[in-house]
Amino acid sequence: MRTSRRARAGQYAALLAYLVFLAFPFLWLVSTAFKPARELATLHPTWLPRDPTLDNFRQAFDEQPLLRAASNSLVAALGAAVIAVLIATPMAYVMARHRTRLAKAATGWVVVSQAFPFVLVIIPLFLVLKNLHLINSVAGLVMVYVVWALPFALWMLVGYVRAVPAEMEEAAAVDGAGKLRTLVSITAPLLAPGIVATALFAFITAWNEFFFALVLLKTPEKQTLPVVLTHFLGAEGVADLGPLAAAAFLATIPSLVVFALIQKRITGGMLAGAVKS
Amino acid sequence: MRTRMSMRRGGGRGWLAGLIAGLVLVAGSGCSGDGGGSEDGRVTLRFQSLAWQKESVDVNKELVREWNATHPDVEVEYVQGSWDSVHDQLLTSFEGGEAPDIIHDASDDLADFAYGGYLADLRGLLSERLTSDIPGRSWETTTFGDGIYGVPFLQEPRVLIANATWLKESGVRIPTPEKPWSWDEFRRITDRLSTGEGKYGVAWPLKEPVSATLNLSLSTGGQLFHRGADGKVRIRFEEGDEVVPRTIHDQVNVDDSASGSTLGSGGSDTLPGFFGGKYAMVPLGFSYRQQIVQQAPKGFDWQVLPAPAGTDGLTQGVSPQTLSVAEDSPHKKEAAAFIDFLLRPRNMVRLALGDWMLPTGTQALRDPALRGEKDGWAVGAAVAGELRSAPAQSVRGYPEWKDKVATPAYQSYYSGAIGMGELRRRLVGDGNRVLARYQR
Repeated sequence: MRTSRRARAGQYAALLAYLVFLAFPFLWLVSTAFKPARELATLHPTWLPRDPTLDNFRQAFDEQPLLRAASNSLVAALGAAVIAVLIATPMAYVMARHRTRLAKAATGWVVVSQAFPFVLVIIPLFLVLKNLHLINSVAGLVMVYVVWALPFALWMLVGYVRAVPAEMEEAAAVDGAGKLRTLVSITAPLLAPGIVATALFAFITAWNEFFFALVLLKTPEKQTLPVVLTHFLGAEGVADLGPLAAAAFLATIPSLVVFALIQKRITGGMLAGAVKS
Repeated sequence: MRTRMSMRRGGGRGWLAGLIAGLVLVAGSGCSGDGGGSEDGRVTLRFQSLAWQKESVDVNKELVREWNATHPDVEVEYVQGSWDSVHDQLLTSFEGGEAPDIIHDASDDLADFAYGGYLADLRGLLSERLTSDIPGRSWETTTFGDGIYGVPFLQEPRVLIANATWLKESGVRIPTPEKPWSWDEFRRITDRLSTGEGKYGVAWPLKEPVSATLNLSLSTGGQLFHRGADGKVRIRFEEGDEVVPRTIHDQVNVDDSASGSTLGSGGSDTLPGFFGGKYAMVPLGFSYRQQIVQQAPKGFDWQVLPAPAGTDGLTQGVSPQTLSVAEDSPHKKEAAAFIDFLLRPRNMVRLALGDWMLPTGTQALRDPALRGEKDGWAVGAAVAGELRSAPAQSVRGYPEWKDKVATPAYQSYYSGAIGMGELRRRLVGDGNRVLARYQR
């Protein structure tokens, strides 16, 4: 079935409109980051700054410890991503391959756990971490992020494991490979894109997380980037818009870089599972 | 191929192990053990400040440095908080027993914390100098029950920021604190300033319509909340409560002298229209002057005018910024001493200049730096004596009444969806039902 030219043009137009829709907030953020204060309050704002400046970046770095906060965020997000994946992968494998009642119950619990709002758990969590002397500690925050990311990571990975045909493992077993060898040489490579996608999810969730970091970290030295970004906000929604945009722009860069680096693996993995022989 | 893959995987595992080890080490080293207590007899206090503008943060940090330099036995650690999330963050910290020793907040946020026993009663902790320097009407904003749970130190009235050129060219009388506009006159003038074609005499940024309306209604004798002999608070919507809402409603819906599109906006959102010549005046908090100085186009001539006056003159409600001490702090005396230092007249002036607000202290308010004509300081200083505690900020149930009843009711009224009768019914009927639940 061939698509007509007109339909194809419509598809591209729709795709372009969607891309613009997705990119608009980011492009506006970048534009704002380079505008001087006077251009931020004009009645007819322009896409491109008329008088581009780096003052907002200078001010953002002068006023807030952005590098230290970014380093804290990086440690927390990387820690959460790595640990969540290390825990979730074997769990997901068991839940996907052995469909017992326990696995079903665990899946149900995972779904239910997603329904708990932050505010419901924050005070008990705070008290537990306090007893463990993990308040105001990046380690404590990593632990929270791992727990918070784990259900969804598990749910994602179960899907990826199920997409790996069990017949391939059986074939490896027939060829004499042991269970461990099968897992390492057959299943793990096929699962890699899924693991990367899950790690990316955990990383971005932790990188962007605000509320736990706000409550659990007390001293400025430990604060993460999302918490420090709020220091550009005043009462009643007033904001120091230029420096805020500059800092927020810088804060999005690591996510973009991580995604750019691994997107080939993700799409490659998705395509690999798309066609069945 | 096989060997290469194995090597790569082996290398990957090594890399992963190294990363995890590194993370554990870094995270472990990040474990705190500040304790906040005293070591070798030295006391460490945590001061959580909500200052956010550069000048204000700089002043706060400078003052902390000055304190630390002269008080080697009591070290103050500056912690940056955020207005955006302070309530939730403090509530959790209080519950967990990890609250900062000295807490910067606003008086309208203190009621829950004061009644909840999280804040120290400051009576007996503060010096006579500080207690007598701040007027009683300001202390009322932080008095809950019998106790005083914060030191009010900075406040801002709502003023009219006006396009001076527009006003001059229109020939209207320019109000002064001594001879302000009445609400009727204000309405007439905004009507005269409106020239049609999308140009309005005023733009009301009423994202938070309740506090704006209630605070301004004090000028017309509006109380809304009345405490009876039984100690219970009831809502009555009387003549004095009608003037401000009716003026705004009529400007938007009858005269077309106020823009309807800004009713849901915050103050900052109206500035592009103000600078662009769409609005002749914008009622804003006094501290917005800083944004105007930073953002106004070159050559834009603006001025600060007092808000309109009613039967009670220029009286306005305010919720000052406050400094409190956590009840759990083991060093309340030292914390109070730091507050006393921070609020010495000269320091209060520095804090006020940094935040573009007015100090509550009478000595600080006399400082010439806060009385100049430039940037409208003189107008603010002149109305400072008329500022009172915002209505109802100590009434239990007020936040629920505000969010569930009053905000939608005022928004509907200002947009013209309901009339004054329905507004009254909702504020009083629905409102008293909410308050009753808190006063059983």
